Amino acid sequence: MAVIDDLPKIESEAAKAIAAAGDEASLESIRVAELGKKGRVSLLMRELGGMTPEQRTTAGPALNGLKDRLGAAINARKAELEAAAINARLETEREDLTLPPRPEAVGALHPVMQVFEELAAIFADMGFSVAEGPDIEDDFHNFTALNFPAGHPAREMHDTFFLKPDAEGQRKVLRTHTSPVQIRTMMTQAPPIRVIIPGRVYRKDWDATHTPMFHQIEGLMIDKSTHMGHLKTCLTEAFSRFFEVPTAQSRLRPHYFPFTEPSAEMDMRCDRSGGEIKVGEGNDWLEILGCGMVHPNVLRNCNLDPEEYQGFAFGLGVDRLAMLKYGMPDLRPYFEADVDWIKHYGFKPWLLPTVTGGLS
Amino acid sequence: MKFTLSWLKAYLDTDADLAAIIDAMTLAGLEVEHVHDPREALKQFTVCRIVSAKQHPNADKLQVCQVDTVDGPKEIVCGGLNARPGLVTAYAPIGAYIPGSGITLVPKPVRGVVSNGMLCSGGEMDADEDPFRLRIARFEDWQPRAHALGLTDEQAIADGGIIELPDDLKVGTPVADALGATDPVIDFEVTPNRPDWLGVTGIARDLAAKGVGKFKLPKVDAVKGKFPCPVNVSTHAPGACPVFYGRLIRGVKNGPSPDWMQKRLKAIGINPKNMLVDVTNYLSFDRARPLHVYDAAKLTGGIVARLGAATDSFEALDGKTYSDLSAMCVIADGSGAIGLGGVMGGTSTGVSIDTTDVFIEAAWFDPNRTARTGRATGIISDARYRYERGVDPQSQRDGMELATRLIMETCGGEPSEVVIAGADPAARTPVDFKPRDMARLTGVKMKPARMASILRDLGFDPGKPGAKDESWTVAVPTFRPDVEGSADLVEELIRIEGFDALPDAPLPPLDNERESRVVVTPLQNRVRTTRRVLAARGFLETVTWSFMSREKAALVVGGNGLSDALTIDNPIASDLDYMRPTMLANLAEAAQRNADHGAEDVRLFEAGPVYLSDQPDGQHAQIAAVVRASKARNWSGAVAGYDAYAAKADLFAMLGALDQPGERFQIGPAAGAHWHPGRAGTLKLGPKLTVAAFGELHPGFLKALRVDGPVIALELYLDAIPAAKAKAGKTKPLLDKADLTPIRRDFAFVVEETVSAGDILRAAAKADPKLITAAKVFDVYRGAGVGEGKKSVAIEITIQPRGEALKDAEIEKIAGSVVAAVAKATGGVLRG
Repeated sequence: MAVIDDLPKIESEAAKAIAAAGDEASLESIRVAELGKKGRVSLLMRELGGMTPEQRTTAGPALNGLKDRLGAAINARKAELEAAAINARLETEREDLTLPPRPEAVGALHPVMQVFEELAAIFADMGFSVAEGPDIEDDFHNFTALNFPAGHPAREMHDTFFLKPDAEGQRKVLRTHTSPVQIRTMMTQAPPIRVIIPGRVYRKDWDATHTPMFHQIEGLMIDKSTHMGHLKTCLTEAFSRFFEVPTAQSRLRPHYFPFTEPSAEMDMRCDRSGGEIKVGEGNDWLEILGCGMVHPNVLRNCNLDPEEYQGFAFGLGVDRLAMLKYGMPDLRPYFEADVDWIKHYGFKPWLLPTVTGGLS
Repeated sequence: MKFTLSWLKAYLDTDADLAAIIDAMTLAGLEVEHVHDPREALKQFTVCRIVSAKQHPNADKLQVCQVDTVDGPKEIVCGGLNARPGLVTAYAPIGAYIPGSGITLVPKPVRGVVSNGMLCSGGEMDADEDPFRLRIARFEDWQPRAHALGLTDEQAIADGGIIELPDDLKVGTPVADALGATDPVIDFEVTPNRPDWLGVTGIARDLAAKGVGKFKLPKVDAVKGKFPCPVNVSTHAPGACPVFYGRLIRGVKNGPSPDWMQKRLKAIGINPKNMLVDVTNYLSFDRARPLHVYDAAKLTGGIVARLGAATDSFEALDGKTYSDLSAMCVIADGSGAIGLGGVMGGTSTGVSIDTTDVFIEAAWFDPNRTARTGRATGIISDARYRYERGVDPQSQRDGMELATRLIMETCGGEPSEVVIAGADPAARTPVDFKPRDMARLTGVKMKPARMASILRDLGFDPGKPGAKDESWTVAVPTFRPDVEGSADLVEELIRIEGFDALPDAPLPPLDNERESRVVVTPLQNRVRTTRRVLAARGFLETVTWSFMSREKAALVVGGNGLSDALTIDNPIASDLDYMRPTMLANLAEAAQRNADHGAEDVRLFEAGPVYLSDQPDGQHAQIAAVVRASKARNWSGAVAGYDAYAAKADLFAMLGALDQPGERFQIGPAAGAHWHPGRAGTLKLGPKLTVAAFGELHPGFLKALRVDGPVIALELYLDAIPAAKAKAGKTKPLLDKADLTPIRRDFAFVVEETVSAGDILRAAAKADPKLITAAKVFDVYRGAGVGEGKKSVAIEITIQPRGEALKDAEIEKIAGSVVAAVAKATGGVLRG
């Protein structure tokens, strides 16, 4: 009887001691004193062997229960002490997180290159591939094949840069437009053709609105049935998507280019009332590009029969287009490599223009 | 090309207002650039009368005037010397914008007296001050005040004053009406294909076709000659000048041209001189028909059109002498060259106010030769502008007769018969027009009758139009040199019909395999990828000129490496005369400009072309970067600077993104004299193929560019990198993940200073290529214990057991082979 009667007292004494233990060592000594080989509880458990079966059925579970509870209490207290110790250490490890991180340079992409990629994404979705050609061109590709015969006044429209003449007196030019790549494409690729042609072009002109080098993008579509209705629909759609306006309206105006017939310029509806240009609304028109049906002479110059093949071409200045969309007020800083300008008007490197993810 | 609305209406019967006409011009392809409507521009200014003018209390030159204005009596401070009681002049109310001085009037005191408006000069209103002569004519009326202020007459007149208007004008009349300046001036762009738009009649014809009104062009009746032309004409250059009409009018009295002609000329910016000169200018703009007039008394013998020679020279009407006229179309008389046909006449035979016998020339000159002559001489004239675009080759007769009439109306005189050398160039070959081309090229279905009617309105003759499927033979008017084929007529039809008629037509789907299309080339993809790698690693993308200075290019390619084929003959600036062989010079200079503006850490790159020859394959796509970093300061201390190794890391990052692990490239010596010989290198694949250069730029190169160093740079030759191995499909090989833990062993080798770490690593890795999966340097030490001229390179190798664990003895064996391999390759010994 005595065994069981002592248990509550033992439990309450041990519980007090456990709660009072201030470190792991004192907890361990409590464990040894109660649950060790010669601990109080262990010794009582030895007495179970001398008990009657009836006594054992009550004393056994009581003792085992006590042993488990004390063990759990010790472990719980141990965890408490560990946590307190960690917390005490962490308290000494405070950092001033208002300090700045280690510096990392922030990069950006040039807006004109980004706009090239936006246009590539739009036209890729319409089945156009990207073609390129050399900046240093010969007279044939830059002028003659494009139906600018020698001495033609339209050549005067382009302030051409010439390279020094060779021994035969032939002089190359810096291409004045991306259109020579139309010729290179048609001479090497069989229709149907759908390409866009981005690139650098050069004209000898340098003032507030002109730089001696700038960027154009050109488009060419050749097959057996493409007509001007396709041209208008394709370009209206493409530039509505470029300006990211749902309701864009366009109009074509007659114009003149030696390499297209009929030729036109495309305007988009815009609003200039607020001091800045808003494309897609308003009562004004904004000139966007030049375009037309590829001139029969140009097709002939590329060994294509104009009775069989036909198609459209268009071309535009990309720097100005980027200005219109993104609000750069001035063309000249495009080529000045000013870090503040690039950081301000540039694009994040992970902003990849896609049809799915949005252009900008 | 400028013209006035009333001038246009002389040939176009229309009720359309200015806005409708401008709109129709735009939609017919006459791109309006500027419209000056004087009534609109001058609407703020009205006629007023000065009642009294008293000396300003605080300023000698100012007067305080009481003025009758459209707004009632006003007190206005005026500085005009000629302000005086009774003067009728121009008034601008408070709030008006004064274009000539760029100010908006506010009721601000002028030296203590508030001015309730402004009395204006012609210049202040930006108006042509026609009554300037009134100010002069009435000089006596205001001369005393000028003298009282101590001014001479010349100073007073030069000092100007407010506008003087006729006394009989009513107060409140718009100044525009008072000046008779009510005719809007329209300026538009004439595309080079339409020389007929260089005359008002040509504009009227197109606008009538566009539906704005009815074109009216009275037939020009011939003036009967009274006597044979005494001046003989001939052309010895039928290519350059196929035809030359001449006529003498004797006994003319030259003088001012009629008011209506002066008004039209002045409105488009041409100063009237005298009738004989004005009539040629007028017909140039009225009919796109240039003419020339000679003072017959100054001619020596007959006139001949011939090709010029090196010995020819003459003084042109611009006052300059032109010599060596070879290959130009020269007009000559017995005295030699007296003009360049279609470009400019000469002073020796020019008309003057005293001319009594005038000889009129109406000829036709070849456009190409005229253009070449114009370019060679630099002469810019309205005649050249028209002839080089193409004057109507059959307009000589009408031009001659119109000029004769106009001259005789104003100057009198007696006309000779017309003498003609050569013959008018033939009419153009008719165009074989296929009506089905209209729908084929534009998608617009148009009835044949409509086609025929548009063509007729434009001056073409479609004859009796056949059916839609037949070819029509369409006669082309001589004033349309641009029309040569069926497509040209389609353009005319759709231009007049309007592009709004175009059908909505989405592009048909491509018939080839759409799904797998990649729309950019592998090279374009490399550009896209590497740009984004550099931008993500902190670089700012620039676009710099494709050209640079020849001298600076020589620093890169060497003086002997320069090529005339890459030298720009007519550069925009003398230091932009060479196609760049590298982007680094432009980038380094840009970095310096930014540093000059206070930027501390400049990292720039450009993806673009460089040029090694003028052939298409001489242009190469590169991506290049420069870093001009000042020492970065940070509270945490250790921030590594940007050095050649950082450049190498950026290169490896780009190459890695292109599936080209950096380790496969060997390091070669610096790529040229513009690199630091010791701190720059190249990435190579084998001895011949260089794919990149990186490191520090040579201080001498930077000095020549006026760039403060050090500058670290890199360039990656995107089109030199071999294509990554093509894979059979899109599936990737199964991951071969080792299940055993790798073992790492460290070695320190003492080697000669000249031994490169790369050689040590390569030897170590090759000691057991199967099991050794990595080798890296973790320390390089020079100093005590290593020996003079030597260094200790500490490396870690990773051994990856496969299948079963390695026993200690096996590991020792591998370690032994590493030591032996390094010793053999580099002479390195384990550091004791």
